[in-house]
Amino acid sequence: MIGNAHTYDKNHINTDEIIPARYLNMDQEKDLAKHAMEDIDEKFIHKVQEGDFVIAGKDFGCGSSREHAVWALRGAGIKAVIAVNFARIFYRNCMNNGFPAIECDDISKKVQSGDKLEIDIKAGKINNLTKNEQYNFKPLPEFALKMIEVGGLMNYITIE
Amino acid sequence: MGKTITEKILAKHSGQENLSPGDLINAEIDVIMCHDVTTTPALDMLKAKGVNKVCDPDKIVVIPDHFIPNKDIKSAEMVAKIRRWVKEQGISKFYDLGKHGVCHAILPEQGHVIPGQIIICGDSHTSTHGALGAFSTGIGSTDLAAALATGKLWFKVPHSMLFTITGSLQKGVYSKDVILDIIRMIGVDGALYKAMEFNGDFIKQLSVEARMTICNMAIEAGGKSGIINPDQKTIDYVKSKTDQDFELIYSDHDAEYEKKYEINVSDLEPIIAFPNLPSNGKKISEIKENIYLDQAYLGSCTNGRLEDLQIAAEILKDNKVNPDTRMIVVPATTEIWKQANKEGLIDIFMDAGATVSTPTCGACLGGHMGILAGGEKCISSTNRNFVGRMGSPKSEVYLASPATVASSAIEGKIADPRKYL
Repeated sequence: MIGNAHTYDKNHINTDEIIPARYLNMDQEKDLAKHAMEDIDEKFIHKVQEGDFVIAGKDFGCGSSREHAVWALRGAGIKAVIAVNFARIFYRNCMNNGFPAIECDDISKKVQSGDKLEIDIKAGKINNLTKNEQYNFKPLPEFALKMIEVGGLMNYITIE
Repeated sequence: MGKTITEKILAKHSGQENLSPGDLINAEIDVIMCHDVTTTPALDMLKAKGVNKVCDPDKIVVIPDHFIPNKDIKSAEMVAKIRRWVKEQGISKFYDLGKHGVCHAILPEQGHVIPGQIIICGDSHTSTHGALGAFSTGIGSTDLAAALATGKLWFKVPHSMLFTITGSLQKGVYSKDVILDIIRMIGVDGALYKAMEFNGDFIKQLSVEARMTICNMAIEAGGKSGIINPDQKTIDYVKSKTDQDFELIYSDHDAEYEKKYEINVSDLEPIIAFPNLPSNGKKISEIKENIYLDQAYLGSCTNGRLEDLQIAAEILKDNKVNPDTRMIVVPATTEIWKQANKEGLIDIFMDAGATVSTPTCGACLGGHMGILAGGEKCISSTNRNFVGRMGSPKSEVYLASPATVASSAIEGKIADPRKYL
C-alpha cells in the first residue's frame, strides 16, 4: 500500500472527533465520510485522497463503540491508521472490518503530513519514501491478518 | 495460582478449565443488548450475509435509547427498522416508547443482568453491568451482528487490575467523584484493554446503583470492563428483579493482577473533570476561578438513576436554578421517572425551575434535547467531555456528580454541593 500521511500528533483522538454523534443517524460510509475527523480538522475531508493513511499518537479511537468511526475513515479513502496504540473497541472494530490498525512507536513524531508512505502489512515495515526512512512495527496478530484477508468478521464466521 | 472473576467467567463460557490473560477464546454470550445507533448497521450485515434468523431471541434485549423519542426522520427510520426486526424475530424483551429508557439503566432494573453472565452491547458503557458481577463489555456493530447470528463472540482474555478502595466518603461526595478521581490518577488509557476490578470496604458500603456508576466509567480509563465481586447486596438486588437462578463466581484470594492500587477515599472532595477529557479532574477546592454555566444536565447511564435524582432533589428543594442557567433532568428509565414522580422529586425539580425530560440518551452524546451552542458551558452528570460531545465543538462540558450538578445549577457556576447538605 502506498499513500500520503495525514498526521495528528496527538493522544486520545476519540470517536466523537472521528465522527461526531450528530451524524450517527446515518450508517453508510459515503455519508459518514463527509464528516470524518470534522471536529478535529474541518479540512481533513478536502485533503484526503483514496489510499491515504491517518497517523496519530496514543490511544487512537477512545470513547464510544461506534463502528461508524472506522466506516467514516474508510469511506474517506483511508486505507490504514497507524498510531502508537489504539483504544480497545476501535481496534476490535478495525479488525472486524479487515481494516488495518497498525501500532508503531513514536510514529506521529516521525511522519509529517504529506509524507508518502509504503506499508508492508505482512513484513511489518513502513517505508517513508519522502524522508527515505524505514520504521518497523509489530506485525499484526495472525487473527487480524486473517480478518484482513477474508474481509472482516462476517466473512470469517461464515467460512469457519 | 488463583484466577480472577473475569478469567473464571470467560473460562466457563468457553468450555475451558483455565484461562490466562492473552488467550484468544470464542465465548458463549448470555445477553445481547441492542440499541438504535449500532444495531441498524448490524441488521444490514445480517441481511447481506443471508442470516434470516437470530441465534436465540431469548438472549436478545432491545432498547432503543440514543435518539429516542425519534429526533428526526433518519433516526425514526432506524427505529422503525428495528421494530420490524423485533416482530419478525419474535424478540419479546423489547422496550419501546412507554417502557423506554437508557439501555444500561433498564437492563439491570428489569432483571436482565445476573452475576456470572457474559453481556455484550454495541455501546462502550456496557461495562456498567460488571457492578453485578457479570463480565460485560462494549463492542461494535460487526461484533453485534456476529453474536446475533451465532450467539458467540471472540475475546482476548484481559489482564486484570485491582482497585482496593477503603474509607468512607464525606457528605456531598459520591461514587462519581471516586471514579473521576481514579481516572484522573491513571488517565484515559490507564486501564487500556484491562478488566478493572474494584473491591474493598468502601465498595461493600455502596448501593448497587452507586457501584454501577463506577463500573460504567471503566471505559473512560480505557478498560475492557469494570467488575465487582458479588455480595449480599448484589444477591438481594438481583433477586428483587428476577427469578432466574445464578451461580456466584468470585476472584480467588491468590488471583494474579497486573497492577494493584490501594485507595482511601475518606479525604476525597467533589471532583470536576474539565474539558476535554474525563481524566482532567480537579478537586473543587482547587478551582479558584468562577466558571459560569449555561446548562446543568442531570441524567445518563452514569448518573440518571433514582438515587442520583434523590441526591439532586435534596439540594434543589426550596432552592431555585440560577436564571442564567438552564437545568435539564433526564430520569434514565420510565420506571425511574414514575418513582421520582411518586416521591415528589419531579415537583422539586420543576419548582426549582428545571425541566424534566422523558428518558433518553439525548444530549449526553450531543444527540438532541439539550444541545449546546458554541461558547456555552455545561456541568453534567454524564461520562464524557470530549470536544463537541454535547453539541457545538466550541462548547465545553464539565463532568461531576449529581450533587455538584445541582449545587452548580443553583449558583449558575461550578459550586461545592457540601454547603447544601
